This record gives sequence, C-alpha cells and structure tokens, in this order.
Amino acid sequence: MRLWIAVIVASAGCAVLKLAGYVVPARFLESAIAKRVLEALPVTLLSSLIAVSTFATGSHLLLDSRGAGLAVAFVLVAIRAPFLVVVVGACVTAAGVHALYP
Amino acid sequence: MRSAGARIAGLSLGLHASMAAPHDDQPSELRATAHRRIRNRALTIGVSVVPFGLSFGAVSVETHLSLVQICLLSLVLFSGASQFALVSVISGGGALFSAVGTALLLGTRNGLYAARINALLRPKGWRRIVMVQTTIDETTAMAVAEASNGYAAWAFWATALSVYVLWNLSTIVGALAGNALGSPASTGLDVAGPAAFVALLAPRLTGARMRLTALASGAIALATVPFVPVGAPILLGGLLGVALLLAFSR
Repeated sequence: MRLWIAVIVASAGCAVLKLAGYVVPARFLESAIAKRVLEALPVTLLSSLIAVSTFATGSHLLLDSRGAGLAVAFVLVAIRAPFLVVVVGACVTAAGVHALYP
Repeated sequence: MRSAGARIAGLSLGLHASMAAPHDDQPSELRATAHRRIRNRALTIGVSVVPFGLSFGAVSVETHLSLVQICLLSLVLFSGASQFALVSVISGGGALFSAVGTALLLGTRNGLYAARINALLRPKGWRRIVMVQTTIDETTAMAVAEASNGYAAWAFWATALSVYVLWNLSTIVGALAGNALGSPASTGLDVAGPAAFVALLAPRLTGARMRLTALASGAIALATVPFVPVGAPILLGGLLGVALLLAFSR
C-alpha cells in the first residue's frame, strides 16, 4: 500500500509539473532566478543521492563495497565510458569487494 | 554519456513524412534527408536509454516494487532520474515523503522544458496531452537542436516515440532480469543507483561553481544522515545546496 501511494503520487505530481510548463506563463519560468533554481536542483539532488546511497545505511555512515564501486564509476565517467559500462563496472567492482570483505 | 553509435538496423519507428506539415516549399529530397537524419538520431537516443532502463528495472525489483508498479512508473511517470531517485530513497529505507519529494523536485526541470517546447511548438488538442507526457531531457534537446532547421516538431515526436518504447521495453527486461539475480550487495546492484546518478550528474557540472555546489550538497546530505529521518538528508542536501548557490551568486 505504501509503495502504491509512492508510485501514484510521484507519477501524478511529475505529470502536473510537466503540465505546469505548458500552462504557467513563460516569463515566470524563464525568469533568471527560476531558471537558476530549476537548473541547479538536479545537480544538488543527484549529488545528495550519490553521497547518501553510497555512504549511508539507515542513519549510519558507512564505508563499504559501495564506495569502491562509486570510485570506479567516477573514473569510468571521467574517461567518457558508455552508460552501461559505468553501471556494470561499478556493480562488478562492488560485488568483488563485497566477496573479498563480506 | 550516451552509448553513441548504436543503431538498430531494421527497427522502424513507423513515422512517415506526412507527419511534418511545414516545409512543403522545400525540395522533397532535402526533406527526406532531414527526416532520415532525425530518425537515426532519435533511434540512437532511444537505444542510449536502454542501459538506464535495464538498471532501473533491476534495481526496482530489489526494492520490492511489483512488476506492475515498476511498469507504471516507466509508463506514467516517464522521467528516468525521478524514477530512479524514488526507488533509491525507498530502498534506503526512507520515508514516503522523502522519496516522493526527491522525485518531484527532480521533475521540476521538466516544467522548464515544457515552457520551451510550448513556446516552440504551440501544441493543441490531443497533441498537447501526448506532448505533456513526453516532455523530458531527450525530446526537448532534440526539438531545440532542430528548431533552427524548422524540424522541431518532427524531432520531438520521433524522439518521444523512440525513447518511450525503448525505455518501457528495457524497464520490463531489467525487472525480469533483476528477479533472477541475487541480493543487492553480493551482485553489486546496491551501487547501480549511485553509478547511474554519477553518469546523469557529470554533463550538468558546467563550471567550477556547479562542481562546488554539487560537493557542498553531498557533504550537507552526509552530515545530516545521523540526525534526521532516513531519506530526509537527500532533500536537505538538495534544497540547501540550491540555497547556497543562490546566496553566493549574488
């Protein structure tokens, strides 16, 4: 039930956000401050997501196999590897480290 | 960040030339060439979202979402970063509010894209409804890129169809494959989310200011982990990061 609520509310909310762009006057969305906020949000949210889903488990900070996987992901992105290589490379590294130090 | 160059031969998008109304004054050969170029580019972009869809499907299964729920997210929410964020926060044990809040905040940029597409194409009736649904990074980028050639509408629709079909197909395949895999830690799938986010983040780090903002947000999120409910650090890092950027860019 909890998952259903998340799925439905997030889907409906994201549709409303898309619709808003077609309905709200463009001058509001194209204002300098709105533009800056809307362009910065993905950057700040994605980096928060990266940090927390790699270095936290529940309410504890933890350095484990995920850290190794993330480091590999950074290197692969830096050398412009394709998306699949980035994700698989990170997963294989994390799995390897987890197998060595469970 | 795209797995460029991949093109599926023989996979027809089923679009025909009649879909593009303007440009009747141009020689048909030129138009055909432009359409072929756009169709190939749209297919390439569609193929490039497949690995992302596969990862999303596989990770979602680990979060105990049902196949129907996973498919609904790809069919209705249809915004990769928001979908992945939702699943990521839920699998980390985060509260509903944090999971949905993160997904929605990531979805705000689609509103900006929608304003651009609306100014460019002025869709009416059913086209508008379908356009609302398919207004995402890929379709906006293609429409804007082709605007100067007068093929914005064609580029939008070709990309929308290609990405929508391939995103949903790859989600299902990923979910089915995820079912067959083992625990997230032993398969390394627990790092699939972060790795995907790094790939999404990198092209947005335009300049030193954005890089600093990204670092600050991550640090704020981590610093708050022990003190606030699970999931909330992501919202805090996201919002305070933007606040910092605004404060320092006056």
